[in-house]
Amino acid sequence: MLINEFLILGAVLFCIGVYGVIARKNAVLVLMSIELMLNSVNINLLAFDRLNGGNDGNVFALYIIAVAAAEVGVGLAMVLLIFRNRKTISLDDLSEMKG
Amino acid sequence: MLLASEIEVAQNVGFGIIATVMVLGALNVVRSSNVVHAALSLVAVMSGAAAQYLLLSAEFVAVTQVLVYIGAVMVLFLFGVMLTRAKLGKDVDLNNDKGWALGAPVALLLLGVMSYVLIKGFKDDKIVVSGKGNDSAAANRALSDSIFSSYALPFWALSFVLLAAVIGAIVLARKD
Amino acid sequence: MFAAETEAAAQAAGWFLEHAWLVPLIPGVAFFLIIGFGKRMPRGGSEIGIASMVAALVISAGAAYQWIDQAAHESVAVVKEWEWLKIGDLRITIGSRIDGLAVIILLLVAFISTLVQVYSTEYVRGDRRYTHFFGSITLFSAGMLTMVLAPNMVQFILGWEIMGLCSFLLIGHWWEERENSEAALKAFWTVRVGDMGLLVGTAMLLFTFKTLDISEINAKAAEFAGDNKTLMWAAVALFIACIGKSGQFPLHTWLPDAMAGPTPVSSLLHSSTMVVAGVFLVARLYPVFHTGLDINVAGNQFNLIAVIGGITILIAAALAFVQNDIKKVLAYSTVSQLGYMMMGLGVGAWVPAVFHIFTHAFFKCCLFLCAGSVAHTGSHHSFDMKQDMGGLRKKMPITFWTWIVSTAALCGVPFFSGFFSKDEIIDSAKHNDYKVFFVVGLIGAFMTTAYMTRATYLTFFGKPRGGAAHFLHDLEHGHGGSAHSAADASPDHRKGKPLPILGGTDSPWQITVPLIILGTLALVSGYLNAAPFKWHKFEGWVVSSIGLHVGEEPGMVPEPPVFSWANALPSILLVAAGFAVSLVLCKALFGEKKTALQGLTTRNPLLGAGHRFLVNKYYLDALYEKVIVRSIAHPISKAVYWTNQNILDGIVDAVGKGGKRTGDLVYKYVDQALVDGAVNGSGATARGAGGALQPVQSGKVNLYGALLFGAAAVGALVLVLVNS
Repeated sequence: MLINEFLILGAVLFCIGVYGVIARKNAVLVLMSIELMLNSVNINLLAFDRLNGGNDGNVFALYIIAVAAAEVGVGLAMVLLIFRNRKTISLDDLSEMKG
Repeated sequence: MLLASEIEVAQNVGFGIIATVMVLGALNVVRSSNVVHAALSLVAVMSGAAAQYLLLSAEFVAVTQVLVYIGAVMVLFLFGVMLTRAKLGKDVDLNNDKGWALGAPVALLLLGVMSYVLIKGFKDDKIVVSGKGNDSAAANRALSDSIFSSYALPFWALSFVLLAAVIGAIVLARKD
Repeated sequence: MFAAETEAAAQAAGWFLEHAWLVPLIPGVAFFLIIGFGKRMPRGGSEIGIASMVAALVISAGAAYQWIDQAAHESVAVVKEWEWLKIGDLRITIGSRIDGLAVIILLLVAFISTLVQVYSTEYVRGDRRYTHFFGSITLFSAGMLTMVLAPNMVQFILGWEIMGLCSFLLIGHWWEERENSEAALKAFWTVRVGDMGLLVGTAMLLFTFKTLDISEINAKAAEFAGDNKTLMWAAVALFIACIGKSGQFPLHTWLPDAMAGPTPVSSLLHSSTMVVAGVFLVARLYPVFHTGLDINVAGNQFNLIAVIGGITILIAAALAFVQNDIKKVLAYSTVSQLGYMMMGLGVGAWVPAVFHIFTHAFFKCCLFLCAGSVAHTGSHHSFDMKQDMGGLRKKMPITFWTWIVSTAALCGVPFFSGFFSKDEIIDSAKHNDYKVFFVVGLIGAFMTTAYMTRATYLTFFGKPRGGAAHFLHDLEHGHGGSAHSAADASPDHRKGKPLPILGGTDSPWQITVPLIILGTLALVSGYLNAAPFKWHKFEGWVVSSIGLHVGEEPGMVPEPPVFSWANALPSILLVAAGFAVSLVLCKALFGEKKTALQGLTTRNPLLGAGHRFLVNKYYLDALYEKVIVRSIAHPISKAVYWTNQNILDGIVDAVGKGGKRTGDLVYKYVDQALVDGAVNGSGATARGAGGALQPVQSGKVNLYGALLFGAAAVGALVLVLVNS
């Protein structure tokens, strides 16, 4: 198998994730897009690990999964909090940083 | 140059199907107007990813993926969807106006650059995906050795991160 | 004997001769001290003035003594100079050159200046510009002394000009009255016309002889042979300056007007010292004149100097007859006597002319000071003889007798000083074959006696009039024996005390003591060169300064004539005749008895016309002022005014307008459009850029994410392109 198959798959998923981050208004959906990106990274890592031997990529991929889990936890907690305060999680309305 | 004898048909077909599912699922995540559909498409993507990991002989990671990502993270997402009173069914308010006009070019540009680089860089590099000669136990042993010796520090840090995340999430989301 | 002085000669001289340069320096420094500190001093600065003049007098006397001492065996001029400018080969120095002529005049000037300054302390007491008066008089003395011992023409001209300046300052001392300031200006301008000649003449001498040093000029002129045309023109030019300064015809008009100044000024400057500067110039550079104008060349009956001198003698004497102002009589008398000195130099009688300078200074100064004394005490400050004087001889005895002695000296009465000097000139004229000038001199002697008798009669004899009447009246009724009654005493008028001799009614001692001194000198100074007694001391001291040999050969100055009473008889007789005729006429015209002569000029048209001609000073003033000056000055001043208004002001206006228009243009195009445009443009650009970039900070996370990934993509692209 060409490694490029996995790598390009990873690239495609990453770019779809980027599109999602830019195009989606709902905060939860944006977080989902971020998960997409992280998964594509994992595929990348593991593909390279297979190419080069060794298992550093595996370790790193595991750590990414763990961090992603933590991040989603905290992220969603924040989204919840914002929802509680603002009654909306539409990123359009959450533009306090404007200007 | 690819010789016919070197093409492993089964793995490629398997990869192809799973990849297609993943991509379609991903597209659904970013294009669906139903939040729950998007979440479930994400589940599909992650499952596909787990299958790919198996193809890449990373069984431990595949299992971890399924357990953690699909089992915990996606549930978390669905809880989030529920608690933020996402509209069940079609929701017209999920996309930025003209968001695709900005996102598509950026994504495509990024894709273009990355593909170009990848194709140019790893033209004919092959990876071995056959199961022959794969000693999973030894591999797992090596993996655990790596984690607990070479990468023990990140492991410890990671544990603190998880602890902080848990406590943080609780603190953030408390009612009082 | 006339070659350049040697170091040995200078070393052989005495201290005073070598330090003669102190003589003008001390009054010069005193001038600055008076101007700086005079007002604060208890006597208004006159102490400094008198002290400086006394110091100058002491040094001059010392120098004279040392010169006389060595004159017998060594008559080389003592030179002490410092070079201050060197142009190529031309050395210009400042310092002193002492020889017989210089030392005599030095002593004379210092002596008379001292006496006049003492006189002035009483005469100008309480004056509005007392300190300035003393400052100017001291500066004048410094200037004249500088001129007298000048070693070169540059210093000579310096002293000459300083004197001119001081003359202007002093004539116009009371410049608040218009006629005084006009007289000062007239004096200055008239002398200035002459001074052009001085500069031209000096330039011609420089051109001819390539030097400005007086000894060198004299030496070269003495040895000059060949065509003397340039030398003649140089002499003529220099003589024009003398005409101006010494009041010769035709530039004599300023001297009588100069009497507008205070009497001490008239006595110092315009009788004894400044006006003889012209005569001094001729005497100093005598070789130039002698060679240039062919004086004493056989067969030459006339030369410029003698002719001008002769004319001056006669016309001035004539004018003295119609003056009512006593100072004007004396002024015309001065002009006339200066004519004698010039004529003397013109006929080759160098020593008599210089001796006449010497004696004339004493008696003329005395006469002026007497006139001042009369005005100060006897006539209530008036100088009008006909209106305010008369019959003063009994109550002003010192003034009267010194006047008489000086008049006798002036007229040439035997055994007074004028006889030994003036009559020598007349005698020399005859001896040197200048017959015309001999006659002129005799006529002059007659006229001098006549007008002086008239003046004496009007002032001291006859019935007291006006101011004199007041004075005598006050004395009679015991209103104080001094100058002023209590009624017209000015607040700071500290009255001087008169001498307690001869009645004690005369002027204060500061006035009468100088009169006595000068009167005595008018009597005895003549005996220094008394030809009848073969005493030629004066001649011995100064003859080395002529610059030419004395002898009968061509190019030499003739020997002075041997005195004989037969030669002197015509002039003595004419003096007596003048006295007698004048006395008779005076008694007839001014006496108390009515005679046919009184009012003659009003009745007889011819005599009246002649009288008017004299009173209007031969209409020379009208000619100079109305015709010459106006015809030259008016067109020039009109042209200059036109130039000023149209050209100069036009240029200034145009520059101003151009500047304004340039300013406007710059404002409109550069400032408003360019600079402001640039500034506003930069502001608009900033605002535009800000406005354009503002949407980037939308606050929307999606956009930030897009930017982030977009930037990363672009960065990656760049890296790829760079590395591919």
